[in-house]
Amino acid sequence: MIKLKVNGVSRQFDGDPDMPLLWYLRDEISLTGTKFSCGMGLCGSCTVHVNGAATRACVTPMKSMEGKAVLTIEGLSAKGDHPVQKAWKTCAVAQCGYCQPGQIMQAAALLKQKPKPSDKDIDDAMQGNICRCGTYQRIRQAVKLAAGVKA
Amino acid sequence: MSTNVTIVSRRGFLENVFSAGALILGAQLPIPAEAAKVDSAAWNPSVYLGLEKDGSVIIVTHRSEMGTGIRSVLPMVLADELDADWSRVKIEQAIGDAKYGSQNTDGSCSIRDFLEAMHVAGATARTMLEAAAAKQWNVPASECKASNHQIVHSKSNRKAGFGELVALAAKQPKPDPKSLQFKSPDQYKYIGKNLPMIDSEDIVTGKGTFGMDAKVPGMVYASIERSPVFGGKVKKFDDAEARKTKGVLQVETLDAFKPPHVFQQLGGVAVIANNTWAAMQGRKKLKVDWEQSPHAAYESQAYKRSLQETARKPQKAVRIIGDVDKALASAAKTHEAEYYVPLLAHASMEPPASVAEFKDGKVTAWAATQNPQAVQEAVAGAMGLKKEDVTCHVTLLGGGFGRKSKPDYVVEAAMLSKKVGKPVKVVWSREEDIRFDYYHACAAMYMKAGLDAKGKPTSWLHRSVFPSIGTTFDHTARYAMDLEMGMGWNDLPYDIPNHRAENGPAENHVRIGWLRSVAHIYHAFAIHSFVDELAAAANRDRVEYLLDLIGPGRKLNIQPEGMKYWNNDQPQEKYPVDTARLRRVIELAAEKSGWGKKKNLGIAAHRSFLSYIAAVAEVEVENGKIRIPRITYAVDAGTTIHPDRVKSQFEGASVFGTSIALFGEITARDGKIVQSNYHDYKVARIHEAPIETQVHVIPSRELPAGVGEPGVPPIPPAIANALFAATGKRVRDLPIKSV
Ligand code: FES
Ligand code: FES
Repeated sequence: MIKLKVNGVSRQFDGDPDMPLLWYLRDEISLTGTKFSCGMGLCGSCTVHVNGAATRACVTPMKSMEGKAVLTIEGLSAKGDHPVQKAWKTCAVAQCGYCQPGQIMQAAALLKQKPKPSDKDIDDAMQGNICRCGTYQRIRQAVKLAAGVKA
Repeated sequence: MSTNVTIVSRRGFLENVFSAGALILGAQLPIPAEAAKVDSAAWNPSVYLGLEKDGSVIIVTHRSEMGTGIRSVLPMVLADELDADWSRVKIEQAIGDAKYGSQNTDGSCSIRDFLEAMHVAGATARTMLEAAAAKQWNVPASECKASNHQIVHSKSNRKAGFGELVALAAKQPKPDPKSLQFKSPDQYKYIGKNLPMIDSEDIVTGKGTFGMDAKVPGMVYASIERSPVFGGKVKKFDDAEARKTKGVLQVETLDAFKPPHVFQQLGGVAVIANNTWAAMQGRKKLKVDWEQSPHAAYESQAYKRSLQETARKPQKAVRIIGDVDKALASAAKTHEAEYYVPLLAHASMEPPASVAEFKDGKVTAWAATQNPQAVQEAVAGAMGLKKEDVTCHVTLLGGGFGRKSKPDYVVEAAMLSKKVGKPVKVVWSREEDIRFDYYHACAAMYMKAGLDAKGKPTSWLHRSVFPSIGTTFDHTARYAMDLEMGMGWNDLPYDIPNHRAENGPAENHVRIGWLRSVAHIYHAFAIHSFVDELAAAANRDRVEYLLDLIGPGRKLNIQPEGMKYWNNDQPQEKYPVDTARLRRVIELAAEKSGWGKKKNLGIAAHRSFLSYIAAVAEVEVENGKIRIPRITYAVDAGTTIHPDRVKSQFEGASVFGTSIALFGEITARDGKIVQSNYHDYKVARIHEAPIETQVHVIPSRELPAGVGEPGVPPIPPAIANALFAATGKRVRDLPIKSV
């Protein structure tokens, strides 16, 4: 039995301990905002925060989750008004939107660590998150807007 | 397993939104009895619109949303023409149904094909609401005007909300479409403005429902082992280990398709489980023996050589102007070059996924699909049903790029549901997506030009050889389809007296399909690289040379050999090939990019999907790595609706084109696709993409043309040409592996 917290709610899991957090979130507790894309830690679509750190849920087995706190896109803010979410809307970043929960979680983790990121900080932090629609220019803009640094 | 239903079904929509008392434009909607009884009669059919007595305006959006914004933008047009208050509009996604017209969201044609229908639907309803108000107040209809969700009679200062007028409006005669009065552009409230997309809130909060997120009660999950070589059939398999996997429920086989494959299932062995992970783990433990496939010898290098050899010999002419052979023989100089573009995969961030339920002889599917009517046809065909017995709900698409117009993955889910007796969700892994794609064709092109003393071509020969998309529909096809030839190849718009385009045969060994901008990708790469080579040989400024080559502004009459000019299925009288528009975008892109002031620039200008696009790429090379500080686009797409979504499509196309130029390559060995995931099928990441993409759109009242795809074709040649300008190195094969 693995005990963890997801978006502040205590949960228990007694399924396959090798099951990645991603599939627990998506299939078992219907938090489908965390997306599946590569399943190999290559694209960032499944990014969540585990104990505050940006983590690829697709390569994080449930057996490593005992006592951990998970934050998903659904729990990032009560009303979709986290500064990163607001900036994402202002800059109309999303195209298809599939990669965006992962991008937003990654960006939120970056700003916690580096409230005023440079261009290089942004490239370094965000290069694990692929957007096939190609919204990178606006992602950069939105991160800066959320951080209050000049575009 | 959760039993949450996390998608709103069309049925729910009809019951809840079109409640009793609703006025429904479009009496043929398959609505539940209680709604149908009330108001479905006597109203002029517009299948796209319904009004409620509480004043809600319900707009049915029938095209698929994969990132262009179309599901928001078409309804904005309707709402504007109706003069509805956008905050009181509800949008519902249509199920697949032929009554909406084509729903195949492909070919950059949603605005082109449905702009007028939206205006007509909005104006029809507005006219009838005005007539209703006129009747109620006993005043001339011409004095009643719609204004922000009300009809106003200013002389008597009377107002009535849309909702109040619904019942009476339904009884008004339907106006003749020819008599409709449309808003003038200065009256637009939404058209030309940058309203937020309707899904933006859901997307940033993780609530958007994609095909991958679809869930219905009692659903099980399937992962399918397919033949690693195209066309392979299961000989035998051992599923003992698979069945032992925790969570695995059963194992089922899926028959292989019968050629031609079209949109059929590939076939294989499916592991059914109570969650996705268990299904995937079980599938990995299957031991399947495959029968030998005729494609087992497919190898990319050898295949490339065979295409190139074909391209070096005379082939079937598909456009002839003047006499190329004679002109080449008498030319002062000649120049020749060969270009190659490899197979490419779509690699949308959302792999194919679909839920289907077979019950009582009918199928209900929920799918990330670009074409729900193709789902109906393919599922019905595979299962011996009538098309009407297949209901397809359309979710959001996590990218499509042409792949998700092919509903093979929905067919899989439907067939498995019948076997299992439960709703089945089929989830493709990334590896499956890369290995079993409908690939963008690889193409070998041979070009030769005869030049006059000043280096201007007097003759131009372009041979193109590639496996055709036609092989998807007829596996014996060896030559290109009209549409492939009409993509920037047999419609070359240059002022050259002798021109011949030729097509050679190619056998095919994988599924070939449409990828964002399709055959334009390789034709544009060859043509615009070759122009750059000719300009370089003549030692001339590229922009001047290109304008010279295009010649004066004029409307061309394209007449290929033995076929109709495709022109996106539009008549040339309506959408001519207009060189004046092509010249204008070149001039604008040159001006905005600082052409002439920098050395490391490359240009390409290409007409596609009836739009005219020029792109200037700026490249820098540092330690063998290519960096693209800027792409500058000039765009003439005719009438556009949402400036910001037009811009965002080009921003995206700039990145998509960069991925093709720098990274994209699918290869096969022993008939098997070598690549499998984003580590070996690379797409551009934030630090590899152009840092800035500038989009300059020419304001236009011309007929609307394409936006989603036309940004892609000029990018690979513009980057290659910029690289030549910066380094003197000419790229003729994509991707650009080293510099
Ligand atoms: S799905 Fe986890 S990194 Fe791609
Ligand atoms: S918005 Fe479509 S993948 Fe990023």
